[in-house]
Amino acid sequence: MLQKTIKLQVNGCEREAAVDTRTSLADFLRHGLSLTGTHVGCEHGVCGTCTVLLDGASVRSCLMLAVQAEGHHVETIEGLVQADGCFHPLQDAFRDKHGLQCGYCTPGMLMTLKELLRETPDPTEAEVRDAISGNTCRCTGYQSIVNATLQAARVIRMKKGN
Amino acid sequence: MKAPLFEYHCPETLDEALVILAKTENVKVLAGGQSLMAMLNLRYIYPDALIDINRIPGLSGISTDGEMLRIGAMTRQRHIELDVEIERVAPILTEAMKQVGHRQTRNRGTIGGSLCHLDPASELPTVCLLYDATVDVAGQDARRRSVNFRDFVVSYMTPGIEPDELVVQVNLPHWAKQHGYAFVEYSRRYGDFAVASAGCLIERDEQGCIRRAAISIGGVGSVPQRLQVAEDGLLGSTGDPDDIARAVAHCDSLEILSDFHGTSDYRRSVIGSVLRRSLTQACRRASKKITA
Repeated sequence: MLQKTIKLQVNGCEREAAVDTRTSLADFLRHGLSLTGTHVGCEHGVCGTCTVLLDGASVRSCLMLAVQAEGHHVETIEGLVQADGCFHPLQDAFRDKHGLQCGYCTPGMLMTLKELLRETPDPTEAEVRDAISGNTCRCTGYQSIVNATLQAARVIRMKKGN
Repeated sequence: MKAPLFEYHCPETLDEALVILAKTENVKVLAGGQSLMAMLNLRYIYPDALIDINRIPGLSGISTDGEMLRIGAMTRQRHIELDVEIERVAPILTEAMKQVGHRQTRNRGTIGGSLCHLDPASELPTVCLLYDATVDVAGQDARRRSVNFRDFVVSYMTPGIEPDELVVQVNLPHWAKQHGYAFVEYSRRYGDFAVASAGCLIERDEQGCIRRAAISIGGVGSVPQRLQVAEDGLLGSTGDPDDIARAVAHCDSLEILSDFHGTSDYRRSVIGSVLRRSLTQACRRASKKITA
């Protein structure tokens, strides 16, 4: 088949759409669902800006077909904002600590780091650097991203503690 | 770029996949897709059809018995990395896995996909060669066979399976409980493909002498390579720095290629250092455990 109708959950909402089978998940999110927060960089799995969560696991959405996401739950940067409309602690921390400049890599950074902080709530600096080793940033030199992540981790732990 | 047009098949049973595989020309099997999708997007390849095997049940899972560690072909690399049983029985696999790509690619990438892609710089084929692993392969009409990994490695990116066959499981025979191990690689950037890599397994006897050794080298040639002559030379030695230096000297017998990552002279120099570090670590770990 060259085209298929797929059903999946995106940021908690059921979505149904017809897609070309060769369309990547990244292009489907951007062009099919108008969720342009997910960025597309290298399109061959190197830069990491297209990173989304598939059933909670970070994946390159340029290295997956949209049809492969059928029946799965995809989380994108648009789903990171809290139910009350407030920023996720990672987003707040990236603003406070200047974790971005041009912002192109940011959606991929945030989705990767969301997975990291779920698995490792109190990461070391080395663990943060390991986690984002597959996300390329050409502006910040990474230090401010690492600082922001460590702050966000503290905030999330404090909130959970209360 | 975007992937070219292809017919997409998504079988839900192994038999169905094997039938499609047998009757379709110019077809590629889509496992984790972490190399295949990149090749499609870059338009290195133009398959007429893809067979997505991600929805076939029973192809993933990790189990051990008295003889073997058994890993289903579609087991994700990250599951292997985080599996506590694997860390106990084959810790080199855990160590190597942390160096395979990045967490996002390991979340999708599979062991079977990596072995069939057979990139000489990738870690999993190097480890499977080190272990003399066997690969269970399925064909149509319930045809099943087991391939020794030395025969599985045919040539550059060419696995020893027929066009109508699928890899379903990988089996790694156990080493003694106190064996030493190390997987060391050098790459220009963290997580990149290795310029040179060396996996080593060492077993000592009660006197502390090496009674069993395996060395597998990745990244430098067209395929991963065993360094049998160095393995044999280590037997009966204690694995001190002089023994290791003699073993490392056998790197001259390796096939070492030049490409844009480095000349063969450069690689020869790098593999010497990488193997020395790997052997030193493996010998240290082997001795530490026997005296404990």
